[in-house]
Amino acid sequence: MRSRNLLTGMMLGAGSVAGTLLFRRRLARRRERVDVYFGDGSMISLAKPDEAEPLLRRARQILELAG
Amino acid sequence: MDAAAALERLQEISSQVRAAVIFERGGKVAGATLADDQRAKQVAEEAEALLADAEQRRDRADGDEFAQLEVALQAGSVFVVRDGDRLIAATTAPEPTVGLVFYDLKSCLRELAAPAAPKKRSPAKRKSAAGRQKKTDAKS
Repeated sequence: MRSRNLLTGMMLGAGSVAGTLLFRRRLARRRERVDVYFGDGSMISLAKPDEAEPLLRRARQILELAG
Repeated sequence: MDAAAALERLQEISSQVRAAVIFERGGKVAGATLADDQRAKQVAEEAEALLADAEQRRDRADGDEFAQLEVALQAGSVFVVRDGDRLIAATTAPEPTVGLVFYDLKSCLRELAAPAAPKKRSPAKRKSAAGRQKKTDAKS
């Protein structure tokens, strides 16, 4: 009986951890960001508001123009 | 392939791309899915300014040139891809399949750069037996 309760508790714990990870991943994906890729294969990702904002503003303008 | 045909093909193969503009460095528009030419020009200008801003973010001055970028917004995503002097800017719905969109845009630019396929020659007409007979008669 005790081992059964332990197993249930462990399963619930694992489920909630997995759920949190999935939620955070989805949230991170939804965040506004700029990914720039260069010819040598390097890439920079701008997500901080102060560094990404000018590019985000231009991209918003493009979305608006393109309808 | 010309720009209009390349864009038509892009729209056929990619359900994620909403609008696209092909342009050259300097903002000269080669083709667009937008009906309004003025808007297409404005999109090209904004996209060029966007990539100029992005290139400035590079920490090393000797680094390689810009290849492609994605700006993910809540209302949708903006992509800019370069192939030589030619660029394509495209918009999609939010959370697109990024790799697939980049691939489709690159293919579109490559198709545009590729030389036009040579026209297929029509197969030689078979001469009818009567025609051949006539020739033989003429010889004799």
